[in-house]
Amino acid sequence: MSWETVIGLEIHVQLSTKSKLFSGGSTEFGAESNTHVDLIDMGLPGVLPVANKEAFYKAIRFGLATGAKINQESSFDRKNYFYPDLPKGYQITQMTKPIVEKGSIKIATDESEKVINITRAHLEEDAGKSIHDLFEGKTGVDLNRAGTPLLEIVSEPEISNAKEAVAYFKAIRQLVTFLDICDGNMAQGSMRCDVNVSIRKSGDKKLGTRAELKNINSFKFIEKAINYEIDRQIRVIESGESVVQETRLYDSEKNETRSMRSKEEANDYRYFPCPDLLPVVISDKELKDIKNNLPELPEEKENRYISEIGLEESEAKIISSSKTMANMFEEASSKTDDAKLIAKWLVGDISALLNKDNIDIEESNLTPENFGKLIKRISDNTISGKIAKSVLEEIWESGSDVDEIIKTKGLVQIQDESILEEIAMKIVESNPDQVAAYKSGKDKLFGFFVGQVMKETGGKANPKSVNEILKKLLK
Amino acid sequence: MTIKYKTIKEIKNMISQKEISNKEIIKEVFDQIQENEHLNAFITLNKEAALKKSEDLDNNPIDLPLAGIPIAQKDLFCTKGLRTTCGSRILNNFIPPYSATVIENLENAGCISIGKTNMDEFAMGSSNETSFFGNVENPWGKNLVPGGSSGGSAAAVSAGIVPAASATDTGGSIRQPASLCGITGLKPTYGRISRWGMIAFASSLDQAGPMARTAEDCALLLNQMCSHDKKDTTSLDDAIPNFEENLNQPLKDKKIGIVKDLDLSSLDNEVVKVYEDSLKEFEALGASLIDISLPNLSLSVPTYYVVAPAECSSNLSRFDGVKFGRRSEDPKDLEELYIKSRSEGFGDEVKRRILIGSYVLSAGYYDAYYKKAQQVRRLIKNDFDKAFSNIDVIMTPTTRGPAFEMGSKGNDPIQMYLEDLFTISANLAGLPAISIPNGNIDNKPTGIQIIGNFLDESSILNFAHMFQTSTNWHKYTPEGVKE
Repeated sequence: MSWETVIGLEIHVQLSTKSKLFSGGSTEFGAESNTHVDLIDMGLPGVLPVANKEAFYKAIRFGLATGAKINQESSFDRKNYFYPDLPKGYQITQMTKPIVEKGSIKIATDESEKVINITRAHLEEDAGKSIHDLFEGKTGVDLNRAGTPLLEIVSEPEISNAKEAVAYFKAIRQLVTFLDICDGNMAQGSMRCDVNVSIRKSGDKKLGTRAELKNINSFKFIEKAINYEIDRQIRVIESGESVVQETRLYDSEKNETRSMRSKEEANDYRYFPCPDLLPVVISDKELKDIKNNLPELPEEKENRYISEIGLEESEAKIISSSKTMANMFEEASSKTDDAKLIAKWLVGDISALLNKDNIDIEESNLTPENFGKLIKRISDNTISGKIAKSVLEEIWESGSDVDEIIKTKGLVQIQDESILEEIAMKIVESNPDQVAAYKSGKDKLFGFFVGQVMKETGGKANPKSVNEILKKLLK
Repeated sequence: MTIKYKTIKEIKNMISQKEISNKEIIKEVFDQIQENEHLNAFITLNKEAALKKSEDLDNNPIDLPLAGIPIAQKDLFCTKGLRTTCGSRILNNFIPPYSATVIENLENAGCISIGKTNMDEFAMGSSNETSFFGNVENPWGKNLVPGGSSGGSAAAVSAGIVPAASATDTGGSIRQPASLCGITGLKPTYGRISRWGMIAFASSLDQAGPMARTAEDCALLLNQMCSHDKKDTTSLDDAIPNFEENLNQPLKDKKIGIVKDLDLSSLDNEVVKVYEDSLKEFEALGASLIDISLPNLSLSVPTYYVVAPAECSSNLSRFDGVKFGRRSEDPKDLEELYIKSRSEGFGDEVKRRILIGSYVLSAGYYDAYYKKAQQVRRLIKNDFDKAFSNIDVIMTPTTRGPAFEMGSKGNDPIQMYLEDLFTISANLAGLPAISIPNGNIDNKPTGIQIIGNFLDESSILNFAHMFQTSTNWHKYTPEGVKE
């Protein structure tokens, strides 16, 4: 029997606003527990929420970038449930009238390209954190995160396998970072996702019963969790049982999903319109302003890099795929006039170093200024490309200034042809056998002479000049 | 010199004439509180701070609209550093780190908060019998209820302890106790007074307002209590008039809507007579009576008892024993912490409403109850809008009768809920309404309710004030008629 998988994702994107969704509390990550908590975040008796317009603006950017419908009047509802890190006993969210509806995004896997429709994206407040391992026999509550604005992006169940799910997540991550609405930092929980997985017989129209996998926060785990879950559901059905609708937790250590609660045990959230908040209205002018100030998106960047700067398509694709990469490219390019060389280094040596260290370019020691200078020193012949590699490695380690490195290590390219000529002459004279062999037709030996000159000069000779001089001497 | 039974206006005069010092006033207030301890009108007193403030005022007189006026604050408003219980065991130990906007407004106007008044638990009740801190006695008679939920505030003003009290009204909690205690109480338009710092019962209905001896004093208080507050998005941004300005407008050619759908036949003849006499008085003042129709009015009580419990069931979720308020001792796990803290912390009436509210919001029932109730609410509002197109105010009795005996309705919540029959519709429609004393049956005061159009507190204050210039009912005290 062949099975078909149907997947839908709910991605929680933490919006990078300065203050929380309904209070002036700071959203900064990593502060001491319960220090970024104001009266509203604590849910004290008598406090009232006031909606942060900035969060709406960011949500709207997402909507516009995905070609979605923007609801200029949207409202908030309460989702009621008890949990210690949910201070009010309800979460304020957008159930009936979300700010964004009906968008779509293009995804690409190794095999294919596909458009995934986005059902809706709504604003809601995050909960705090329960800390179970700090106090013996007790649970601590940290409310720093409580009230942080989230945009919950809900996809249609149009994703067919784990690879597509990862591609979708990556596409969303790329988009929200380019839009500057989320830092995309998955380790800090800035993006988390719930995955709905069901299977059905190939060709069936009716959806199978789904399981919801909760709170997965890395690309790797999304793929593993989905694949595990697909296998599990197939096993269940093929053994003659049926999949139950339930929430399952992915355990990354054991690589398995476990039942958290079934539909019967599920909370009845008793949604109703939040009486403390009037519907939020976005004026035509506000919408227009946001539209006009929408940042350039990856696809637009890619096209511009190809048509205006003349990059290879493959280069343009790699550079425009991440915001930090694109930023590095654009900023470094502004320091030199050789953008193409910048691009070559970015996709070549620099990408290799990034992969080796498994870091983002933002986390490296390379600054756009220094990078631009490095490229400039290559194009003005101060250093050769080969020397530049060693300079780059030095920057990678220490972050030192390019000119500083060149100076202290004495790496300036030897331009003076008379010096090079003298050295070349010496090499030719001390290797009569090779000279004879070369002259008798062993052309490959030319490289030997170049290598000897380079060796003698510690790699600082301008290769072009060396070639010319040697050709003359060996004629 | 005494301030007992004196109005704000009279006390202001006494202060400016230097007949009495600010400190003497506050001292007398606390003497009166002690003398009236049996009323159980207060939960927490603010004696030291109040005395200090009055001394400061004596030493450095400041020209403020309500400088030195003692005021009792309903224990539903958060008061910074002063225990705020909302009449509940679950907030028995809660000391807020901030003050409600309305408290700040009153104190910035010079008022001296002398303490926190008893109330039905979380403002749920019409007799002040649901308070964890015990019943409040109506100053008009032993074992009589003061009404609720603002029973402590009403009793404190009625007994002449203070000239003014803050209160809140979700379904009649200002007007009904004002009526039962023979004082004047005003519920403004929804959104006139900020709800920031008011412990929420039913957010879409809750509104703070003043209680005082006269409509004129209510105008003085309202002038200070109202403000547009950025911390409350439901707070109105409309211009706030000077509510004193319109008080003395002649009522000639003004129109009073009389609700012909209202069946008064279930009321005592005496109650109806008092009400009709008042209408005659208004006619004598030049106003005319016009029959109006509010066809959906009879649905007010059931609508209210869906909407209010629904909102309260959610609003009261934060009282879980985790962050503030009372936590039950030694729970064995999280679930027990919730169950025990809430079972021990809430009284029966609060639990009843949380149950009703959770039920009407639950999956499968939402449409039949909550959604329908909101639709009916809209119809009721539309009825009022239509009616107000050619009248100035609407009048009804405030309550079905004068104060009743404690315990007489305790076992029948439905009877208790019907207490709010006349008052609830103003909350559902968000309209301003006032109750003023209009009679006396067996030495128990009665009240008449005047409902105004949206934002038109000025008209109801005008009608109330003109009535009080030509009648003496507001001068009746439990100790006889005031000079």
